[in-house]
Amino acid sequence: MPRSPERGWPRRVGIFLAFGLLVLVAWEGVKVIGGDPWRGEGWTWEPPLEIWFASDLLLPHVWDVFGALAAPVQRGSDESLAQFLVGAALYTWREAAIGFVAGAVIGIGLAAAFVHSGLLERAFVPYVIASQTIPIVALAPMIAFAVDDPLVAVVIIATFLTFFPVTISMIRGLRSPDPRALELMRSFAASRRSIFWKLRMPASLPYLFTALKVAATASIVGAIVGEGPGQIRDGLGRAIINFNNQYISGPEKLWATIIACALLGIIFFGLIRLAELVALRDRGAVPDAA
Amino acid sequence: MTAAAPSVGVPLPPTPGVAEKLTTTLRHHLPAFVVLVGGIAIWELLIRLFEVRAFILPAPSAIAEALVENWGAGRWPLFASAQATLFEAAGGLVIGTVIGVAIAFGVARWANARDAVLPFAVAANAIPIIAIAPIFNAWFGVTNPVSKMMIAALLVFFPVMINVTRGLTQVEPSALELMRSYAASEWTILRKVRLPNALPFFLTALKVATTLSLIGAIVGEYFGGSSTVIGRVVVQSASALRFDVTWAAILLAAVTGIAFYLAIVALERVLIPWHASVRSGEPG
Amino acid sequence: MRHEEGPLTGSPAAVVRIVGVDKQFVTDRRAVTTALSGIDLEIGRGEFVSLIGPSGCGKSTLLRLIGDLTSPTSGSIEVNGKPAHNARLGREYGMVFQAPVLFDWRSVEENVRLPLELLGMSRSEREARAHEMLALVELGDFAGHHPYQLSGGMQQRVAIARALALQPAILLMDEPFGALDEMTRERMNSEVLRIWQQTGTTIVFVTHSIPEAVFLSTRVVVMSARPGRITRLVDVPLPHPRNEETREDPRYFRVVTEVREALRAGGGLGGEPQMASEERVAAEGGIG
Repeated sequence: MPRSPERGWPRRVGIFLAFGLLVLVAWEGVKVIGGDPWRGEGWTWEPPLEIWFASDLLLPHVWDVFGALAAPVQRGSDESLAQFLVGAALYTWREAAIGFVAGAVIGIGLAAAFVHSGLLERAFVPYVIASQTIPIVALAPMIAFAVDDPLVAVVIIATFLTFFPVTISMIRGLRSPDPRALELMRSFAASRRSIFWKLRMPASLPYLFTALKVAATASIVGAIVGEGPGQIRDGLGRAIINFNNQYISGPEKLWATIIACALLGIIFFGLIRLAELVALRDRGAVPDAA
Repeated sequence: MTAAAPSVGVPLPPTPGVAEKLTTTLRHHLPAFVVLVGGIAIWELLIRLFEVRAFILPAPSAIAEALVENWGAGRWPLFASAQATLFEAAGGLVIGTVIGVAIAFGVARWANARDAVLPFAVAANAIPIIAIAPIFNAWFGVTNPVSKMMIAALLVFFPVMINVTRGLTQVEPSALELMRSYAASEWTILRKVRLPNALPFFLTALKVATTLSLIGAIVGEYFGGSSTVIGRVVVQSASALRFDVTWAAILLAAVTGIAFYLAIVALERVLIPWHASVRSGEPG
Repeated sequence: MRHEEGPLTGSPAAVVRIVGVDKQFVTDRRAVTTALSGIDLEIGRGEFVSLIGPSGCGKSTLLRLIGDLTSPTSGSIEVNGKPAHNARLGREYGMVFQAPVLFDWRSVEENVRLPLELLGMSRSEREARAHEMLALVELGDFAGHHPYQLSGGMQQRVAIARALALQPAILLMDEPFGALDEMTRERMNSEVLRIWQQTGTTIVFVTHSIPEAVFLSTRVVVMSARPGRITRLVDVPLPHPRNEETREDPRYFRVVTEVREALRAGGGLGGEPQMASEERVAAEGGIG
């Protein structure tokens, strides 16, 4: 859908922020109406209703969550929760990045093989698709058990979630060139290798980036899932499990972790989007967002 | 630049007979079948050959045995667990689809809604479900199937919303112009042009959503739930090092997922037989 | 392959020799259609030959047969004294399609360099040749631009530059200006003639515009449909260089009329009965 020129990006950002503000207001608004009592300096507010999910336990105050970020991650620790989460996020991101690259390479390789051999495609594509019906949370403990190095196990899991969108997208992308372009290459007596590198690969870049954007979040999910059974201490996965166990004593920490996960995903996604804008800059209009 | 091959021609022998069609179908599916059978055979062979201990990687025969043994009753009733998980997934699918479609309608209709909601949707999609699942369990109750449904719904919502929005908005501009030349109202355009256009997109999203809903349910169970669900069976059997049961559960989950997916494919054949992808019999 | 003599001097050696060519296709429903039947044609060095005929007469198919993008059901095609297949592998011709088919991720110059890369030329040679070709089509200033920044006519000129990059003996053009408006088209006609005179390349040109065919060619091959065959060869004895005045020359109108009558006589009057082959031929994908 063409972007109309009047909707400049300042306006769009403005609307997005306004909506975000609305969400925050609604969040606290619900707590005003039906949450736990609010206590301040010498005053108390008793909400008239009782909305089951608005309690401080299930829906902490927004400022409590931000407050927890500044507070020490554990009693007596030097590190603030924010610092801890940044460290954990970077740790997870490193694992995810390796899985991301591995998955992308495997995905492109498989797609190339399938595009050049119909037999291979008919034989293996059903299993590529079926592989994603296997819940990775179920495979994770076994992979962690079978592979000694916990880092390798995590990377394997991240790769497993990444290769699928890349394979599927690249199959379409490598097949996307106009038949006339293929004929042109034939008229130049181009070898299959030349056709692959000079025509199919460049033509498939837009498809690759679409898949990479999905793969970015998938690799992070894979890394987080793998950290649990892998007994890795330093990543976001362990943080989630710990803070989940401690939920009753400090719900804000889990919520803060979720925000960290979301930010990690958004930043990774944003990086890919930037790369896409650079790589596809000469091709005319780059399509909008997701 | 079409090679002039006029369709006037002398029709030759009758259309391919049943035998021919069967051979073509067979040839098409044979490679995958060979890989399946071959793969299982090699797996079994390797396990036996190297005497891999069962608790590291069980042989297909051991998995089959575990499947049969634990099907009905016992510590890990597989069939009942699969049913319960499927129930959660289906519930989540319905909820996520309804919400996704509703929001898609809003986003397609009002550009402001799109600018407001889309970045949030993208952000929400970026949150690994693994982080949200414990919160939902806490909200709705760990043993309550609704908590798993909501997790599944969250996973389902995004692809459904994105695809339906695309389907409602990515209409041929010339089709819209045609309708405007008939002075058709937005509501009429919606009914006669956008909705039919959106149907294939919706079904594509549904195919992805079925697998996601199952995964969502199982991820939720991973963090806690009643014990007769696939997720719990996996966790408990794995910690007891009974990997043959774990694999049997996984197999069951995968098969359920595939069956769920194929149900949508069948639905596609019924609802949009005219669509190019359905005609050419492409997968996915 | 620069040719010193003008195109009309000397007795041209045959660059393309087509003998007894038939071409049949199998369509979707397993029906066989005869696209071309009994084609015999010789094209001399330096000639500018147009193939013209109604839809379905097989002119594009014939062009593609010369270019070895498809194979004849029977008969033979020789280019430069060797089978068409070898000529293609030897990269002895350049082809321009109706759509420019430029790679949108490459700049104009990089697009022209494509065949040179495939040939394995050295970098400096590639650059020099690409610049030479762009100068030939008068697009030297646009070397760094990208296809989406150019108009249809300009893109087509880039396609021509690319087709000529390997300095082939023959240039095959399949309705290259069909998608352009009339005025751009006439300008492009003059462009092609200029390039033809400067390089001495033999050109085989498919069109369904009679004025265009007559304006450009030394000879017009008139074809008819169902089945496709050559009905008439019309010489165009107009002097070179040709320009706007040529279009108003009474001789020009006479040749145009001759071609038009040949077309009318050859096609669509219930003509010859359809020739269908008994044997089934493997389909070669009827696209393009």
